[in-house]
Amino acid sequence: MSESLLEVRDLSKHFHVGGGIGRPSGTVRAVDGVSFTIRRGETLGLVGESGCGKTTTGRCIMLLERPSGGSILFDGVDLAALDAAQLRDMRRRVQVIFQDPYASLNPRMTVGQIIAEPLAVHGLVKDKSKRGGRVRELLEQVGLLPQHAERYPHQLSGGQRQRVGIARALAMEPALIVCDEPVSALDVSIQAQIINLLEDLQQRLGLTYLFIAHDLSVVRHISDRVVVMYLGKVVEIADREALYAEPLHPYSRALLSAVPIPDPKLEARREHIVLRGEVPSPLNPPSGCVFHPRCPMAEPRCSAQIPLSREIKPGHWAACHLV
Amino acid sequence: MRAVDGVSWDIEEGETVALVGESGCGKSVSALSIMRLLPEVAARVDGGRILFKGRDLLALSEPEMQHVRGREIAMVFQEPMTSLNPVLSVGRQLTEGLEIHLRMAPDAAHARAVELLGMVGIADPERRLRQYPHHFSGGMRQRLMIAMALACNPSLILADEPTTALDVTIQAQILELMRELSRKLGVALLIITHNLGVVARYADRVNVMYAGRIIERARARELYASPRHPYTRGLLRSVPRLDEPRRARLDPIDGQPPDLARLPQGCAFAPRCAWRAPRCGDAVPPLNAPVAGHLTACWEDERVAARG
Repeated sequence: MSESLLEVRDLSKHFHVGGGIGRPSGTVRAVDGVSFTIRRGETLGLVGESGCGKTTTGRCIMLLERPSGGSILFDGVDLAALDAAQLRDMRRRVQVIFQDPYASLNPRMTVGQIIAEPLAVHGLVKDKSKRGGRVRELLEQVGLLPQHAERYPHQLSGGQRQRVGIARALAMEPALIVCDEPVSALDVSIQAQIINLLEDLQQRLGLTYLFIAHDLSVVRHISDRVVVMYLGKVVEIADREALYAEPLHPYSRALLSAVPIPDPKLEARREHIVLRGEVPSPLNPPSGCVFHPRCPMAEPRCSAQIPLSREIKPGHWAACHLV
Repeated sequence: MRAVDGVSWDIEEGETVALVGESGCGKSVSALSIMRLLPEVAARVDGGRILFKGRDLLALSEPEMQHVRGREIAMVFQEPMTSLNPVLSVGRQLTEGLEIHLRMAPDAAHARAVELLGMVGIADPERRLRQYPHHFSGGMRQRLMIAMALACNPSLILADEPTTALDVTIQAQILELMRELSRKLGVALLIITHNLGVVARYADRVNVMYAGRIIERARARELYASPRHPYTRGLLRSVPRLDEPRRARLDPIDGQPPDLARLPQGCAFAPRCAWRAPRCGDAVPPLNAPVAGHLTACWEDERVAARG
């Protein structure tokens, strides 16, 4: 078994937009040449602001989007080469936890039915009478009570709903779980409960996570390594401690500096890098380095040449001409 | 259901005060009642006074209130797209208030609108005024909301989760802008938020709300350095922080916020509280000041504070 569970190589996903009557058409480069690997049993954080392509990357891995270019290897097998039966098995092994647990649970099904349905569909528990037992086991694993199986999603709190979403993912005995902003819709006092639960489950069941989020403090807490994306491209990859102690890419630095810290004294003397302008449209990305129009360090070559991702220190990659 | 129960707070000229709490704690309702914007059929403000420059806003007639709303007290909402009119040009939305409240002539109102857009950092204002809200990005719309709030030179701006819908780097821009403008123009700013980091960066004083009541109030530095209420302490401890070494495990608050329609007797936080004592279930603790200027509503305050 190789060390990496998932390998993303030069992944691209382009969407065609417009082209209506009298409208110009264009191509949105949502994901553009993204590469990274996820090691077995680790949590890889994927951060960036809205529109940076982190969710689209996740959807390609979940087989919900067909990549426009590049490849995704799961356990060494190219996802594009799978036949229908293999694809079905792959969908079981890669599960997802969504941001909004309310929108992702069927309001007409009880919690028990929601968790039991995929067990039946994938034939994991063929004996109907045994499904109830498995459902109870899963509810217990995520910190819910057996009687929650009878409830409907609207009878649960946000935190409980997210636990149901996690139980449904675990039911498939997956190898990889893509967590797409799993705590950002929850109250602050509930977020820590769900994060601790995800960490416990990882240790107990040997899960691998791709953790997509915009909250950098949460990502630092849960991830072993972190990928920073900007406008469809990876700008930096590093171990958690290296990235947060010494971010190399100017965008990572600005992003970290923008996170307010709950300590007024510290905030008063902290240096804040406030970026100019806004994220440009991925319909018409800037030439050269996509970050150059907002970069405080930009030089002429930044608008001319696309910077390649280089290994600046062992395991620490950055795509910037100036580091 | 009592969404807000016995809440008192004050804000001085030019000051920035925060109202912090989780969803459903009553922080937005308390702001909407200041503006008297709650639907009358569903909600009723049945007690208390809201004094603004010595006048009781609850005693004003509706026409008098319309004079206060937007002119003396302005609001900035969380989701700018739903608070802007999609079929009116940006210019019309900016000048409308000026023509109604300040009786400006259209030309003067237009000139003021250009000036306002410049003030909030929107480039090319003449062209921008002819556009519609959907032409603006999220950050730009929030800048526009701030320009509208500032239009009539209010003395107080109520900002309800002004940056929650925005990305971190844009959030930093907007908060920086609000702070700069409130300093320059001497506007008092009430920030309603759930984000403890935002509060630490911008507020002079902080009110923490839980289940419709204020449970702790202090100057920001004091509150963060030595929080007294178990809920505030729990909240501060449960979030991962970038300035500290990573902890092996987070320290969550057990349980979940209560349903306001079925509040427990006594202290609403008691069912989740590690310091719970028998009397916590009997009566609601009053907001007291064990230390001058630092108020907390907890029966076990001395025991909690002694543990440091």
